[in-house]
Amino acid sequence: MIRARGLTKTFSRRKETVEAVKGIDVDVAEGELVAFLGPNGAGKSTTLRMLTSLLEPTAGEATVAGYDVVAHPAQVRARLGFIGQGNGGGFSYKVVDELHNQGRFYGLAPEVYKERAADLMAALELGGLEKRSVQSLSGGQRRRLDVALGLMNHPPLLFLDEPTTGLDPHSRANLWGHITAMRERYGMTVVLTTHYLDEADSMAERVVVIDHGEIIADAAPGVLKRRHADDSLTLVVATDDGAAVRAALPDDLGDAELTAHGTGLQVRVRTAQGAEELPVVIEALRVAGITTTSASARQASLDDVFLNLTGRSLREEAAA
Amino acid sequence: MTEQTRTTTTTQREAPRIVTRTGPGKFFADTAAVFTREILLVLRDPFTLIFSLLQPLIFLGLFGPLLTGTFGGGFGAEGASTADTLQWFVPGVIVMISLFGTSMTGSNLLYEVMTGSYERVLATPLDRSAILVGRALKEFAPLLVQGLLIAVVCIPFGFTFHLLPALFGLALLGLFGIGVGALSLALALASKNREWLFWGVQQSLLFPLLILSGMMLPLEAGPSWMQTAAKFNPLTYMVDAERVLFGGTFADTAVLWGVVAAAVTCAVGLLVGIRATRKAV
Repeated sequence: MIRARGLTKTFSRRKETVEAVKGIDVDVAEGELVAFLGPNGAGKSTTLRMLTSLLEPTAGEATVAGYDVVAHPAQVRARLGFIGQGNGGGFSYKVVDELHNQGRFYGLAPEVYKERAADLMAALELGGLEKRSVQSLSGGQRRRLDVALGLMNHPPLLFLDEPTTGLDPHSRANLWGHITAMRERYGMTVVLTTHYLDEADSMAERVVVIDHGEIIADAAPGVLKRRHADDSLTLVVATDDGAAVRAALPDDLGDAELTAHGTGLQVRVRTAQGAEELPVVIEALRVAGITTTSASARQASLDDVFLNLTGRSLREEAAA
Repeated sequence: MTEQTRTTTTTQREAPRIVTRTGPGKFFADTAAVFTREILLVLRDPFTLIFSLLQPLIFLGLFGPLLTGTFGGGFGAEGASTADTLQWFVPGVIVMISLFGTSMTGSNLLYEVMTGSYERVLATPLDRSAILVGRALKEFAPLLVQGLLIAVVCIPFGFTFHLLPALFGLALLGLFGIGVGALSLALALASKNREWLFWGVQQSLLFPLLILSGMMLPLEAGPSWMQTAAKFNPLTYMVDAERVLFGGTFADTAVLWGVVAAAVTCAVGLLVGIRATRKAV
């Protein structure tokens, strides 16, 4: 569905040249759900805008939905839905008017766009809002209208740029439900950008981590975590004999981090498979005569992956 | 590149039907689609058209009497009356509407650029030039209606006009308005998220252009540099042509110059606008 090679974009502002995207190679197969994950300014949106033919690449090439983005931009656009960071619906328009306008933009016949508009409004919980102005809609409703606008041409490929930014957790979950349902319904390939780690983790089947205009990792979230980050185990033991604890721990674990905890010790160790390793560790300690008073396993997150790959935390950057 | 194998869901799947317009008809069809979206705003909310006439009416009501008082017989006839002043002033005010309304049309686009709906339009397969032309063309119809309204409102006060030449004059104004509208859209695209830039440029051009067209006060009374500057102002030719046309005459060189001024403004505006649309993403 997407094949990009050496995709590059440089912007020149005044005398400064900024290399926003540095020669990205990426392939997306039909039916995939891919998330581009990275901090603000990493080049996610720029990459997306080049793939949607909205921005001409400085170098490199990309074929999207069977057409070259530079040579046949209109053919590319006809085959994709694009949901940008802003709101697609004109604020002064009525909801149904904008959907019909969108249908006309795609060259659909009136009976086709009217039927699709009605159908999408029903599917996206916009029924009854036909005559309302876009301005008067809530943030969540406006975002669902954006999705409806993006689907008017029944695209085989849907792009979403930061789709849930600015929405409250309830609206986010609701929007995701709709996107997933629409994907099933139309058999769409979905490509999105996000800086929400948990969103990429739970929704995407494949995560492409972008930093400083380059792809630094590309795999399923589980694979990324297994490969680039460890789970961690935290236990509290009823002894202050650090040497005994270290000796008792299984050999395949990483170096244990011990800190005083009341009269005992807190033990932190890293492991690839936290959930499976935890009972093994408790048992090993028990055999050595050490009592465990509390124990927990924390699964690696995509932030750990990002931290290990770049030395920076994505969560902190997003908050900054 | 992917690590997992996926099976595409085949249940419930509809084959996407992609329609693509091609050939020379695409430009016209796309322009019509954009025009339809723009004109919808006017049709859905016709009162904005009426409200935008408030300012010109204030000019007519408050500025007109001052003109009569100040210039007295300055408009040809001995002891000029309100009717004489209107005959001179109304065509100018109608030109003023065309400049006020159309020069501000970019502010709508500016707003759409900021909220994101312009980006959505750009992401559709619409012809890039059609996106500009369709928007600019929308200026034509409101001007026709507004000009006619102003003229009709002034009839009870002694304003007279001949329908055919006046309609021709309004059509000319529509053409001029498309050009100014296109320039305003180009300015909006160049301003992008800097709203102050758009309003700064628009406001600082508006009044010099108006005054230097002889629309509000006759330039004959002004210094020669002003008269020279007016010669380079397309608005001057529009005002002159409208005065002659509303006076009921077709056969006058002023009309010809008006046609040239309107056509040039329209062509330059569309050219600049289309370039701005293609460039700005």
